Amino acid sequence: MRKTILGELEELVLLVVAACNEDVYGIPVMEELQQQTGRDFTISAVHTTLYRLEEKGFLSSSVGGATAERGGRRKRLFALTAAGGEVLLEIQQTRTRLWQSIPQAKLELMGLSANPF
Amino acid sequence: MKHKPPVWIDKWLNCLLAPHLREEILGDLHERYALRIKRLGEGKARQRYWRDALTYIHLSNIKRKSTQYPTTYLYSPTMIRNYFKIAFRNLLKYKGYSFINIFGLATGMAVAMLIGLWVWDELSFNKSHKNYDRIAQVWQFVNFDGTISSYNSVPIPMADELRSKYPDFQATSLSTYTRDVILAVGDKKLTKSGNYVQPDFVDMMSFKMLAGSADGLKDINSILLSESVAKAFFGTENPLNKTIRMGNKTDVKVTGVYEDLPYNSDFRDVLFLAPWELFVANDAYVKRALDEWDENSFQVFAQLKEGASAEAVSAKIKDIRMKRKDPPGYKPAFFLHPMKQWHLYTDFKDGKNAGGIVYFVWLFGAIGVFVLLLACINFMNLSTARSEKRAKEVGIRKSVGSVRGQLIFQFLSESFVITLIAFVVALIFTQLALPYFNEIADKRVSILWANPWFWLLGLGFSLLTGLIAGSYPALYLSSFQPIKVLKGTFKASRFASVPRKVLVVFQFTVSVTLIIGIITVFRQIQHAKDRPSGYERSSLVEINMNTPELYAHYDALRNDLLNTGAVVEFAESGGSITGQYGGTTNISWKGKTPNTQPLFMANQVTHDFGKTVGWKVIEGRDFSRKFSTDSSAMIINEAALKLMGFKNPIGEIVRSGKEYKVIGVIKNMIRQSPFEPVNAAFYTINYNAVNTISFKLSSQLGTSKALDKVAAVFKKYNPEAPFEYSFVDEVYGRKFSDEERIGKLAAFFALLAILISCLGLFGLASFIAEQRTKEIGIRKVLGASVAGLWQMLSKDFALLVLIACFIAAPISYYLLNDWLQHYEYRTNLSWWIFVASGLGAIGIALLTVSYQAIKAALMNPVKSLKSE
Repeated sequence: MRKTILGELEELVLLVVAACNEDVYGIPVMEELQQQTGRDFTISAVHTTLYRLEEKGFLSSSVGGATAERGGRRKRLFALTAAGGEVLLEIQQTRTRLWQSIPQAKLELMGLSANPF
Repeated sequence: MKHKPPVWIDKWLNCLLAPHLREEILGDLHERYALRIKRLGEGKARQRYWRDALTYIHLSNIKRKSTQYPTTYLYSPTMIRNYFKIAFRNLLKYKGYSFINIFGLATGMAVAMLIGLWVWDELSFNKSHKNYDRIAQVWQFVNFDGTISSYNSVPIPMADELRSKYPDFQATSLSTYTRDVILAVGDKKLTKSGNYVQPDFVDMMSFKMLAGSADGLKDINSILLSESVAKAFFGTENPLNKTIRMGNKTDVKVTGVYEDLPYNSDFRDVLFLAPWELFVANDAYVKRALDEWDENSFQVFAQLKEGASAEAVSAKIKDIRMKRKDPPGYKPAFFLHPMKQWHLYTDFKDGKNAGGIVYFVWLFGAIGVFVLLLACINFMNLSTARSEKRAKEVGIRKSVGSVRGQLIFQFLSESFVITLIAFVVALIFTQLALPYFNEIADKRVSILWANPWFWLLGLGFSLLTGLIAGSYPALYLSSFQPIKVLKGTFKASRFASVPRKVLVVFQFTVSVTLIIGIITVFRQIQHAKDRPSGYERSSLVEINMNTPELYAHYDALRNDLLNTGAVVEFAESGGSITGQYGGTTNISWKGKTPNTQPLFMANQVTHDFGKTVGWKVIEGRDFSRKFSTDSSAMIINEAALKLMGFKNPIGEIVRSGKEYKVIGVIKNMIRQSPFEPVNAAFYTINYNAVNTISFKLSSQLGTSKALDKVAAVFKKYNPEAPFEYSFVDEVYGRKFSDEERIGKLAAFFALLAILISCLGLFGLASFIAEQRTKEIGIRKVLGASVAGLWQMLSKDFALLVLIACFIAAPISYYLLNDWLQHYEYRTNLSWWIFVASGLGAIGIALLTVSYQAIKAALMNPVKSLKSE
């Protein structure tokens, strides 16, 4: 498999899309991101990221769902692909491995909770 | 939805974003905007909206997705052939429209070409001389009582002074003014003009020797002939070493032949060159003047060394005379006038160059540009006006699969075809008009067939016009949506005709300005012509006394002429009545303010001069043989009287060389420019200082019969010379030739400008009438009168022309007032000129429009409503 490195924002966006029950488009993704991280994102950054993920094959998209406040314009709805799921899993496994190799005492010394899960 | 984000941002984003992203991105942006209004209120939402929009300036959003379909091949030879085929079909289908377009544009281009050629000729004046950049003539400023005049005449010793003391000069040559001399070989006698010069002159001015050499001039009894003169005398024979008799006096040998100078050289009238020494040997006055620093009657030409500038050397030679002993009161300041400025910059004011013909180069250049612009405007207006008609065509073309690029190419090729045809027609027009143009403008220009710049400029301009005129239909029409135009809901916006109206106003502003201009120029000429000249010009004839035989028979010649019955009066004078030479500052009278040096024109005449020319004595009496004391009598003109300030001029004593008694005062006589005030002048009796015969023909015999009789008398006294004479009224008329030439040219161009403007108006009116055919039909059915319809259609155009008049009036007032300031004696710009020009323009415009308006109004409404 080709090694694909995901940036932080890409990873976050991919996770948000994965977390949703149905297909999502730009605005809800951004709202969710803001809620979860407390950081401010520009909508164009979210769009760019979504398109890039689609290009990499981690997301698929379709159009639909025009509303009045959109001026009758359709949304581009994104859904997680199998490849997207795989890459998320891979990332999580890598992280878990790394977490397990951290000596417990080190974190306790700093007064931090040892187990993230 | 109630609150919409700013429309202009959306428009801008629509242009910016790639088509495949537009919908979803704008949708999301709008949705977010709606959310923000709820959370933050409208003000902040708007602010954030455009901040968001800005973040989309990113290559990934702008880059267009390549289409998956193959693109249409736009520039295949078949397609290109098709574009031009359609273009020609369109031309033929709308013949009237094509004619207006091509004819108007061609006329404009032809005017621009003519003016361009004229300007080119003016700018290349004297450039045929190889040392163009380094040749200069010595001039001087002289100061007569505060007024600084400039003269190109200098004293003889100047040449040697420059040669010996100033290393900046490579060569210098004295020269006479170009003068008429009778040349004779055997029985063949011709009067030809030429200069007496020093040997350096030939090389300096790069006269091209065809035979013999310039060194010939070192021999005192030699002459160089121009090719045309050599041909006239010797035909095909070899002219070298042949003998020619000059002025019935001296035999000289032909030592060289040079190529005739081009018409746009200041030396074009130099048909022969004779040695300066010969001139000195034959003229007692010149012999006396050889060492005289105050006899300013000769020309000095000089060639500067490489690197020496005329300004720098001028500063060095400025005070040559003032540094010598007895500097004259008129304080001469010498300077070099470079050849580059001989033709275009000949006016001096207060010791500074004040332009000259270059003024007209600018003026006509501007007129040319404007006329061309008018023609282009026509072309553009007609194309855009008509383009709406072609909207349907665009719709159909697009529906059957034409892409935008093809439509653009189609429209552009149509306008290129028109401009290129117009260019060819313009070339033909120019070629046909050149002979007349050359005659009016006193030029010998021809189309520069071999000059690449001419073609580059002409074709480049044609393409540019085609591009500009074709771009509106090409870019605007091709953007139409087929569904709209085919459904018939397409309508040009209310403001689509605004630029067209502005352009019509511009056209008529230029036209009206030109009309006002020509009326003023002709009024100024008439004003000067109506000015009393102070003498009787009709049937007054002058003969130049250019052979020795004519001298010293005054009484006999006079009696013989009077006895023929053909001549009423006869006199001789120093210089023609239509000119004024020889001023003096050496004059004093009782009551003259000391230390002032006013200039007086000195005239030597015979007793009968006054009666011959018919001057008007307003005080005292004319010269008379009854008084032997008249040999020291003086007659002054009004200007002199004013300057001298005598209360009772008769009997006053005036000293100028010797003492004269004033016996009469005459009305001012216009001898120099009729646009300038008359100089102070005095007249004295002197039978020896004369060189011009003047006589008045009897009105009883016809002019030609009378001249025959006179010619017989002259043959008797002067058998060797051809009988050559000039009519004073003709020579006087030439004083207006510059102004008349400008007037005629301006009138010609103004006429064309108006023609072009009206042609455009005609086209527009026909277009409007056609567009409103249905409306007119319905109006007629409902009872509108023809007059009412005419008024409805003409009103708009009349209004535009009226606006143009109001813009043109101040512009032309400003320009013409400026022009008239050049003349001391000038007409005034009265209000009626502006009113008349305005009314004239409106009248012509209405006439043009009315044809179309009445035609439309008279149409049978049944026909116009039935169509479609």
